[in-house]
Amino acid sequence: METETASRPSRIGHHANGGDPFTAPPPGRARRRDDELEAEDRGSAPGPLERVAGVIARGVRRRVPAADLDERDPDFIRESLPGQWLLASLWFRGEVRGLGNVPEEGPVLLVGNHSGGNVSPDSLVFTLAFSTYFGVERRFHQLVHNLVLSMPGLGFLRKYGAVAASPENAARALDAGAAVLVYPGGDHEVHRPTWEANTVNFAGRRGFVRLALEHDVPIVPVVAIGGQETALFLGRGERLARLLMLDKLFRLKVLPLSIAVPWGLNVGDVLGHIPLPAKITVEVLPAVHLREQFGPSPNVDEVYEHITETMQETLDALASERRLPIVG
Amino acid sequence: MRVAAAIDVAAPPQLVWDFVTDPARYLHFMSGITRWEVTSEQDRGVGARYRTLMRVGSAEVGGLVEIVECDALRDLAWTSVTGIDQRGRWRLRERADGARTRVELRLQYGVGGSGIVGWIAEQVAAPAVRENLRRSLQELRRQAEHEQARAAAATRRAAALR
Repeated sequence: METETASRPSRIGHHANGGDPFTAPPPGRARRRDDELEAEDRGSAPGPLERVAGVIARGVRRRVPAADLDERDPDFIRESLPGQWLLASLWFRGEVRGLGNVPEEGPVLLVGNHSGGNVSPDSLVFTLAFSTYFGVERRFHQLVHNLVLSMPGLGFLRKYGAVAASPENAARALDAGAAVLVYPGGDHEVHRPTWEANTVNFAGRRGFVRLALEHDVPIVPVVAIGGQETALFLGRGERLARLLMLDKLFRLKVLPLSIAVPWGLNVGDVLGHIPLPAKITVEVLPAVHLREQFGPSPNVDEVYEHITETMQETLDALASERRLPIVG
Repeated sequence: MRVAAAIDVAAPPQLVWDFVTDPARYLHFMSGITRWEVTSEQDRGVGARYRTLMRVGSAEVGGLVEIVECDALRDLAWTSVTGIDQRGRWRLRERADGARTRVELRLQYGVGGSGIVGWIAEQVAAPAVRENLRRSLQELRRQAEHEQARAAAATRRAAALR
């Protein structure tokens, strides 16, 4: 779900710079207490609804675990590979191409398009393929939305290497030499309507480019198709969120609507859904070494355009291979 | 899970042995194998290490393996160092006529600690793995017999010239 606001940073998905979780907030501002910032934003005494919303928001915030890269557990990942393999092979008929394009060692930023709502099968298929291809011994972290990590019952994701999406966590993982998977489009892209399934939509979030430049790591684009066929996604529900004042109450900018198993009309996708068995195909593209390709001081916009255009072309090619929705 | 396949090759054990001990040939005759890369200084014999991958279902599975047994012209066995647990063995036996070789390829694989789900995954993967082994042996036979025929033809030509 889209929960970012452009005005204030916090630990639950509120990011400065247009909701880009990979762009650091202005110095000093991130260290200020959330309640100070809230009071500043409101400019007046909170009403009862806002007080309740504040309590809930603080509760959620407390549930977001601090990033600890050591929580990744290679033995746990290895032992769960058969289950992932069954799901990826039998249900999603997953196919991952081009893993040889990922540099054999060293830090790398894997940049993917994101599909499938809150139950995203492309992540499952790709992380399985990465773990079996390079071995669970290779450090691999996934940047995920804070709300996902704070959901009850999803703590096990941290054992797979999932950390809350933030520039600090990404930097820490890259400094540790890890491969880091990031979905710049995040909740904006993952809840796009089904009729926009074959569109790469990062919502202009360029933080990943700056991150790669700061750490001088290659970007490897990862293009997936099929995830948006696992339910009928009707839209992000931005108007509905505004109408219900969710943006004011919970800072939720979207309330995604979909028709999904087992709910029928699925509002919010908070509890997830059972994804339809759509064929998931993932193509890993050649690594982009930014300074080799764009000179010593690459232009962020130029790199962003290059990456997203390349991914879109690949997605178009993958779409042209598909004969039928879900069947693939 | 253990799967195995066997085949008769119309070539002497030496020729087949040359195939199965040469890591550079694996990508050419092993079905489903997407990587068989030497990672140690020595490229064959006990202690040689290879990074191996086989496409099964939605993933390429395998890992680092090490040759642990090398009985010339008879047995070549490896075991996994990293990745999924696996043991593999080539077993070559000369037929009584001396012109043919019985070739058996065995592969034992699994993931320790994965419980009932792991057991189910092994069963589900078995037909694909078995089919890969069967096709590999067929391709090995085709290539070995082709080489045997080529060698025989060269010998005949040399004899005719004399």
